[in-house]
Amino acid sequence: MDIKKTPKKLNVKEKYRLMTRDLAWEPSYRDEKEIYPYVDYEGIKVHDWSKWEDPFRLTMDAYWKYQAEKERKYYAIIDAHAQNNGHLNVTDARYLTAIKLFLQGISPGEYAAHRGFARVGREFAGVGPQVACQMQSIDEIRHAQTQVHAMSNYNKFYNGFKDFASQRDRIWYTSVPRSFFDDAMAAGPFEFLIAIGFSFEYVLTNLLFVPFMSGAAYNGDMATCTFGFSAQSDEARHMTLGLECIKFMLEQDPDNIPIVQKWIDKWFWRGCRLLTLVAAMMDYMLPKRVMSWREAWNIYGVENGNALFRDLARYGIKPPMHWDDVEKSIDHTSHQIMLGLYQWKFGTAFHSWTPTASDIEWLKEKYPTTFEKYYLPRWEYAIAQKEAGGEYNNFGLPKLCQTCQLPCLFTEPDDPTQLCHRETEYEGEKYHFCSDGCQHVFEQEPEKYVQAWLPMPALMQEPLKGDLAAWMEWVSLEPTAAGEYASSEDKANFEKWRKQVSTD
Amino acid sequence: MAVVANGEYKFPSRDRVENYYGHQLLFACWDHHMLMAAPFMLFGAPDQKLGDIIEQQLKPLMQPDPDFDKIDWDAIEWTKSGEPWTPDFNKTVKENGLVHKEQFRFKTPGLSTLVPPQGE
Repeated sequence: MDIKKTPKKLNVKEKYRLMTRDLAWEPSYRDEKEIYPYVDYEGIKVHDWSKWEDPFRLTMDAYWKYQAEKERKYYAIIDAHAQNNGHLNVTDARYLTAIKLFLQGISPGEYAAHRGFARVGREFAGVGPQVACQMQSIDEIRHAQTQVHAMSNYNKFYNGFKDFASQRDRIWYTSVPRSFFDDAMAAGPFEFLIAIGFSFEYVLTNLLFVPFMSGAAYNGDMATCTFGFSAQSDEARHMTLGLECIKFMLEQDPDNIPIVQKWIDKWFWRGCRLLTLVAAMMDYMLPKRVMSWREAWNIYGVENGNALFRDLARYGIKPPMHWDDVEKSIDHTSHQIMLGLYQWKFGTAFHSWTPTASDIEWLKEKYPTTFEKYYLPRWEYAIAQKEAGGEYNNFGLPKLCQTCQLPCLFTEPDDPTQLCHRETEYEGEKYHFCSDGCQHVFEQEPEKYVQAWLPMPALMQEPLKGDLAAWMEWVSLEPTAAGEYASSEDKANFEKWRKQVSTD
Repeated sequence: MAVVANGEYKFPSRDRVENYYGHQLLFACWDHHMLMAAPFMLFGAPDQKLGDIIEQQLKPLMQPDPDFDKIDWDAIEWTKSGEPWTPDFNKTVKENGLVHKEQFRFKTPGLSTLVPPQGE
């Protein structure tokens, strides 16, 4: 009888080398430039791709194993949630506005990130970033899918979920995240990594995910909360990739520093504008609140941001250009955005409402210098309209910012009584912006932003020519999904079903 | 500055005036009045009387503001691209020098029901 020989087991380091770095062979009958045509034109100089560090040393076979295990756990909970009427465990149906906004605005962004990382994984000439980008690409599509699955259960019972995919391309407020990701997708591979990998995933992701997932947990939304746990370990890897990519670029050549700085300035500002929607979610949409936007910013923006930029200072990187303007806006943006969403509620695929007496007390406490003085009078006006049997709506179409595509509803950094107006002329045409930050982004690359598809000006062009009924149909917006929460079908059904469950 | 690209990068603007079949966009902002959260987008033809656009499009949108009925239309301070400007409501959009996507702003001093006066 033969003695069975046990094959030598590879250690993690050897396995990683064989399964990743060993894939970097030298081309023999094609030159490098033909294979990687997009790697030089942005001006980033790379002398040694092997210097790319991957602290996770994750190989594809291990990756599949981890992810499959997480999926099993995730779907077990999602199934239980669906079978046990988990949707009736949320605090109240008003909470669903937050996750409708997430599904319409953020989940398509996960899908865009999937496409983007797949592309740049192909475009980079080094095997380290190729493997890391490939894994992140698969993570991102998994996130998009699990989010859609988690929320599909709510779609069986509530309005506003069903057409998120076409609304991503058509409804006015989703053009904000859409243009953010399209801008990154239309950039070169290195800028994409600074945009999504570094600025979004590393600097800003905690401001998005922590509040959303803790908000879900606080408000009894087991489905979304479970998604958060399932994505958490991926996010840690993405943040590491984001940090590694910037250090790699900065260490490869000193000429890279000003290019990277320019991208940080741009993407930090664009990211902060995008997150104003999250600010409104935190301060206004959660029935049970986790923390205020101001508190979240102090922890995840100021504390973490300062530590990060102290660390990057040794490379000659400075904090993002418009940091001070962001800081000045923090006590204002959530109120400005929510007042806007409320007055345009006939055109949103989610419900909004005026703050209740206890909401108002909370807002006064969290924003002692701004809420009562600048924003409460407008809310009181809206409440009075409602009590008198009317409704406060703004049927005017807003001027949009050419860069971030939000309505120009932000005030001057140093004067909350005055809207911020910025305009520039490029090749004989006028362009308008909500801020110095957005104007600066435009002026760096005007040829890019003149092409922006802005939903309000587009509404007046062919084929809609200002026809609002045709627009509602085109964006797939049913009246039941829009408007005031108090009179919504969602509220009535939720209360009826919950009463049924408790009497059964 | 220009876009860094690996080829020629030149595309027409999406909202150029040619896309509005003989019409154009205008923006109007009532300063210090933010009940209506953002400046209004207006739409008209260059040979339309400015007064008609103000009466038919702008005024109905401003009406919900409690200051609306108190406006003294003769005491308004107008600006265009940051410069003082005197509109003539009986003249056309074009004669008033309002080009495509032009924004005009107006101040109604002393009216501040819902937003504190400037600098306070």
